[in-house]
Amino acid sequence: MADLKLEGSPKTPTIEFNSGTGYLLVRGRSIPENSIEFYKPLIEALESYNSNSQSNTKVDIQLEYFNTSSSKCILDVFKKLEAINSGSSEVVINWYYEEDDEDMLEAGEDYQAIINIPFKMIEVEEE
Amino acid sequence: MEQGNIMLSFKGEVTSDLLTSILQIMESKMETLEEPPKIKKKVYNILVECLQNLYHHLDDDDFKTKINEKSALFMIRKEEGEYSIMTGNFIATENVEMMKSRLDTINEMDKDELKVYYKEVLNNGEMSEKGGGGLGMIDIARKSGKKLEYNFDAIDSSYSFFSLNIKVAQ
Repeated sequence: MADLKLEGSPKTPTIEFNSGTGYLLVRGRSIPENSIEFYKPLIEALESYNSNSQSNTKVDIQLEYFNTSSSKCILDVFKKLEAINSGSSEVVINWYYEEDDEDMLEAGEDYQAIINIPFKMIEVEEE
Repeated sequence: MEQGNIMLSFKGEVTSDLLTSILQIMESKMETLEEPPKIKKKVYNILVECLQNLYHHLDDDDFKTKINEKSALFMIRKEEGEYSIMTGNFIATENVEMMKSRLDTINEMDKDELKVYYKEVLNNGEMSEKGGGGLGMIDIARKSGKKLEYNFDAIDSSYSFFSLNIKVAQ
């Protein structure tokens, strides 16, 4: 199946995608120089999941930083999720941001304005 | 000495490894200075965009011919509690007008207009091969909360030196 597990690095986030449970986690920093290459496996995994999705799909986005090069790729990920949501799965997106991190909250709101899936904004304490 | 305000400066070719090192150094310096998380994140974010702009720019084919033109300048200062990040690099003179008009467009916008513009470019903008797609400067302006100060100095008919000074609002 289209499962994916990528360990995080100083420039790239941890990515876990389980098509059996319908769960996607993106956590950490996303500041690679070449983000298209980095996000390609996830985009492909979501594409293949769309034809055989679970009735519910849960997405946790816990990003600490992301660069503008990643921001387009993250939008692509959300667009795939949007397609999954209008297919046979109900998608829930949880967008985590640290308290006081207005920029990260605003980034979530920016995506929410573009993507036709409700986002749940979740404030977490600073580490 | 005035230069005591400089936290880090660099001149040379920006590589991926160098970029990683600079980010690590600045992160630990800001940690030591016990900067508020908000400032730390803003400065870090702007640094990433600035350095990756320099990195991708130097990757361009038209700069492979002249070795000196691959060199970039980079400096981070903290003065009276305010961070400023300065970058300098050579660009083809034919691109100066385009750059200028992009920077002016951004500088004419207030916070809300920048937000709208960012979303527009994010959603409709063409993604360049390197992934930038013109969002970098808009993001820098949004995060800095100040106008972008810039200057172009003609070196000769083909090259100009582009310097950018970004102040981070407290």
